[in-house]
Amino acid sequence: MRASLALAPAAFAVAALAADGNLDLQHSTLVATFRQQAVSIDAPFRRFEGEIDYDPALPAATRATLSVDMTSLDIGDEDSNAEVRKQPWFDSAHFPRATFRSTSARSSAAGRFDAAGELTIKGQARPIEVTVSVQKTGTAFAYDGSFELSRQDFSIGDPSWNQVLDDKVRVHFHLLAAGH
Amino acid sequence: MSLNYARTAVALHWVVAGLVITLLAVGWLMTDMAVSPTKLQVVSWHKWGGITVLGLFFVRGLWRLTHPVPALLPMPAWQRKLAEIMHALLYAMLLVQPLTGWLFSSAVGRQVVYLNLIPLPNLVARNPPLGAVFKDLHDNGATLLALVIGMHALAALKHHFVDHDDTLRRMLRWHAN
Repeated sequence: MRASLALAPAAFAVAALAADGNLDLQHSTLVATFRQQAVSIDAPFRRFEGEIDYDPALPAATRATLSVDMTSLDIGDEDSNAEVRKQPWFDSAHFPRATFRSTSARSSAAGRFDAAGELTIKGQARPIEVTVSVQKTGTAFAYDGSFELSRQDFSIGDPSWNQVLDDKVRVHFHLLAAGH
Repeated sequence: MSLNYARTAVALHWVVAGLVITLLAVGWLMTDMAVSPTKLQVVSWHKWGGITVLGLFFVRGLWRLTHPVPALLPMPAWQRKLAEIMHALLYAMLLVQPLTGWLFSSAVGRQVVYLNLIPLPNLVARNPPLGAVFKDLHDNGATLLALVIGMHALAALKHHFVDHDDTLRRMLRWHAN
């Protein structure tokens, strides 16, 4: 009895968080795809969090924030994961997180909206635009899309790697969050 | 049956020997290299070399199936048996070693793109724990392969310098096909 009483507020809090549009971290993925010579490699970020406030009736009012733990990029082997945290790359000792904050959104087609926002990596903020497709799955919404960024724009990477590593990196996201 | 190897067989033997010995050396060296663009390049060469050996395994297999293999030179039965086992083991490793390398690369999410031109299919989906298993198999396979090659070479030298027979010489002779 005591246990269930103690749990009740916790359950309520979880429900409230979900209703707020917090990401369902179990079912959301954020993957950076980069090209190493001719080889395309998918590297998922293992830890990130965020919130998406979306109302299908009012897509222009969509708000989204995302915060990514830059030490959690998993390239596939520990040596590479350690390398990318170093100063010429993410410098994650000084800049542990990358963030995205939406500034505006407009509906482009049914089930789609274009979001504009500010992407900050390594302390450098750059405007980006991304097309997001939305699909209702049960009580939640699934947001899918991808955008391309230039490593150079964010000073990511040792120049000695430019011969073997493309400047362009595509980030794919599949984010699940409770809707209105 | 001729006691001589055809030129094609001799050429294939030595090309594969050169490739495999280089790959073993490069493989050992690159494992200890720190992450760098150079390492990436060296690892790519190693993968391309391994895929080449895999391709040549099938070329040699096809050659053997369509051309008679010269008989082993006269030797005691136990040596003949041992030679047959060692040759079977060598061929098996020339197939298995490239395959565990390819499987390892696939399992850790690094597709092999042969010569930076031809993307090879991933043999398994990305699965890091499975990748660690294939890495172990590939590492131990390298040790086994090096041992078998060493014994193969020592046996050839023994035939040449101790038995004074034609075993090594006929693999060096550029005889007409």
